Amino acid sequence: MINLETPRKFRGLVQQVHDVAEAFLRANSRKYDRAEHSYPHELDLLASLVDGMNDSGQSQGAGASGVRRDPAEEDSSVVHNGSNMSSVLSIIEMCWGDVGLLLSMPRQGLGNSAIASVADEEQLKRYERVWAAMAITEAAVGSDSASITTTAVKDGDHYVLNGEKIFVTSGDRADSVVVWATLDGSLGRAAIKSFLVSKDTPGIRVERLEHKLGIRASDTAVIVLDNCRVHESNLLGSPEIDTKGFAGAMATFDNTRPLVAGMAVGCARAALELTRELLEDAGVVMDYDRPLVAQSHAAASFIQMEADWEAALLLTLQASWLADNRRPNSMEASMAKAKAGRVGNAVTLRCVELAGTLGYGETELLEKWSRDSKILDIFEGTQQIQQLIVARRLLDLSSSQLR
Amino acid sequence: MATRPDPMRLGLAALSRLASSSAVDRLGLRSTAERLVYHGARSGFRVAAVAGRTFAAVRGTGAPRRPVKAADTGVFDLTPTEDQQMIVAVVREFAAEVLRPGARAAEEQNDTPKEVLGQTADFGLSLLSVPEELGGLSPERSAVTGVLLAEALAEGDMGQAVACLAPAAVATALSLWGTDAQQRTYLPAFTGGDVPAAALAVAEPHVLFDPFELRTTARRTSEGYRLSGVKSAVVRGTEAELFVVAAALEDGTSALFLLEPGTLGISLEPDPAMGLRAAGLCRLLLDDVEVAADAVLGGAEDYRECIRLSRLAWSALALGTARAVLDYVSGYVRTRTAFGEPIAHRQAVAFMVADIAIELEGMRLTTLKAASRVDQGMDASREIALARRLTGDHGMKIGTDGVQLLGGHGFVKEHPVERWYRDLRAVGLMEGAVLV
Repeated sequence: MINLETPRKFRGLVQQVHDVAEAFLRANSRKYDRAEHSYPHELDLLASLVDGMNDSGQSQGAGASGVRRDPAEEDSSVVHNGSNMSSVLSIIEMCWGDVGLLLSMPRQGLGNSAIASVADEEQLKRYERVWAAMAITEAAVGSDSASITTTAVKDGDHYVLNGEKIFVTSGDRADSVVVWATLDGSLGRAAIKSFLVSKDTPGIRVERLEHKLGIRASDTAVIVLDNCRVHESNLLGSPEIDTKGFAGAMATFDNTRPLVAGMAVGCARAALELTRELLEDAGVVMDYDRPLVAQSHAAASFIQMEADWEAALLLTLQASWLADNRRPNSMEASMAKAKAGRVGNAVTLRCVELAGTLGYGETELLEKWSRDSKILDIFEGTQQIQQLIVARRLLDLSSSQLR
Repeated sequence: MATRPDPMRLGLAALSRLASSSAVDRLGLRSTAERLVYHGARSGFRVAAVAGRTFAAVRGTGAPRRPVKAADTGVFDLTPTEDQQMIVAVVREFAAEVLRPGARAAEEQNDTPKEVLGQTADFGLSLLSVPEELGGLSPERSAVTGVLLAEALAEGDMGQAVACLAPAAVATALSLWGTDAQQRTYLPAFTGGDVPAAALAVAEPHVLFDPFELRTTARRTSEGYRLSGVKSAVVRGTEAELFVVAAALEDGTSALFLLEPGTLGISLEPDPAMGLRAAGLCRLLLDDVEVAADAVLGGAEDYRECIRLSRLAWSALALGTARAVLDYVSGYVRTRTAFGEPIAHRQAVAFMVADIAIELEGMRLTTLKAASRVDQGMDASREIALARRLTGDHGMKIGTDGVQLLGGHGFVKEHPVERWYRDLRAVGLMEGAVLV
């Protein structure tokens, strides 16, 4: 039966996470926006709490590991609301608190999602307590991740990694990094593998930290791999040179894109809520029943933003629902990311405009949210990459036909 | 005392205006114009005479029947029920095999063929919101089913879909808000084999129209009410055997009134628009029309609900037409070549198609969420407003991009995208006419 309400079994979780986000994230939002690169100690306590919930099985997939598609027995006749959806619901609440701080949550890195998506059972156990950042992008390689130049050369039972990675979220604070490297630069995507590299391995170092437009609470590092030797058991997935491995790694995105879409949805909701409050305090009346042409411009703009926000939210939930029900969601994940990314950015910027210099100044968080939201339309695949993915699926075109 | 306008005189006036227009000849529209005028004149005669059907008043014997609400399952789910899947499959087939092929002819006739309307009556379109005790089909009221149906019909053709759904809107209104006597008087006609044309008339032809600030008034008299005003976008008004009309009461609230076309003071004139031509849109002129006190259908809150459910139906219609655009342009851009390859191979083209799909999916989910809230008896005012905004804005964007993607070919009637463009303009501004 068609029903798009928050599942009953997650309503408690959502409220809990919301309270946490308010106390730990929102409360420290401006502090770490100003103190870029300083470590948010408040999150250590919170991370222990999340670990505890995970261990007791209460988390319902509140963290980065929630994206794993459990191959356990499934009954396709029953509709599931599972860990993909609870993860996305949690992330929405957390990012209503603060996107940068959510990204700084210990042991909840994108690398952890990659491990959850592609690691085998043994690796999963071995990496249970790691905090893993994700290192894909290079100075000359952004969206085109099949062209990476970082190399992995087999030497006995080790691989030797060489290269430089940029835009590594939590690259400084995490204890490990999932590094994408090629086994043979001439073989394209088939030769690309991901390796879990512990930061205490000789040959890996943090070169510098970036100064950014937004999400300043989150550290973004340049990482250099200089003859960094990792044991072959650290290669995630299969060591064979075949496109399946790359496809598997890319499939991580099917699981993580709805999460990033959720970040945009959460951030935009924060802006909408505050803007509504400010507008209503100023005497603006919003009426869902009256035609927008008969309402004030501010009220009409607000309802319009809310409409696009709602579409972004539901596309995001749809993508996670499909994943929970073991159905392909690659196109829907990209749809969610595309819509949420652009709506999150447009909404937060418009809210600043509606609030005037009050919105533009640092006394309110509106200006901060409008800076934070920009990255959400870029990382985990830019707006344009999402459109490319959707268009190829929709029009049944290969990457050589629709470039 | 105001004199009743002579409908036949109105029809002749229209004829004379058209006959004197040189544009008619210059544009080669003579036969179309004559058909239009014939339609108007015929309706004039029609309404001047007694309406075809009389509804014998039946006295109520108890509480009215109401469709029941669905239970909240607590599970997020995008799967329609088996019943819904079955009904939608039938309607989609009908839309693909009857409505789509007949769309162009229907709009040239400014009407939907009787056979088509008969077929929708055959598969019980107007029965779906009528409780079983009253001869309907639905054990549970379902706005979701209504949305899925309207979507499926509009994927064939929005104009004919509106014509097919108009009697169902009146039947739904009676089921939801009618008294026992009103239900017993009028509903049997809608559950029988010969479903009457009927129209839910809310809109009025003036700028910044707000259904909660109506200019059509209903003033209390000793006998009942006296209605005056002009209603627009009245579906197949000249054929209608029953109207449900929205009017403002003296206390500032608004309500619906049941009106039979034989009543003194009622006249109709065709009011064709840029699109939805197969819906035979008319203006309904009310000049001191006297109705009995029991002609009121529901109260002010029911009227509010009516406005919401009507908007939801328009959103659903937009989903179907937008889907038609998406499918059509997807095929076109893959086969149309320019500069030596299909234009789909260009990002400027492919990304427009991707955006159509993305926005359509978003507006569809939002519309379904609103409908499922209605079914569960939850407040859906916010969600319906959001669905209307999305389907109004993005629906029109999809309509215009559909034409754009075909270039000059999209501008000519050889392809249906120009009709979808005209139909989709209706979505954000229409009030009344259809209900889920």
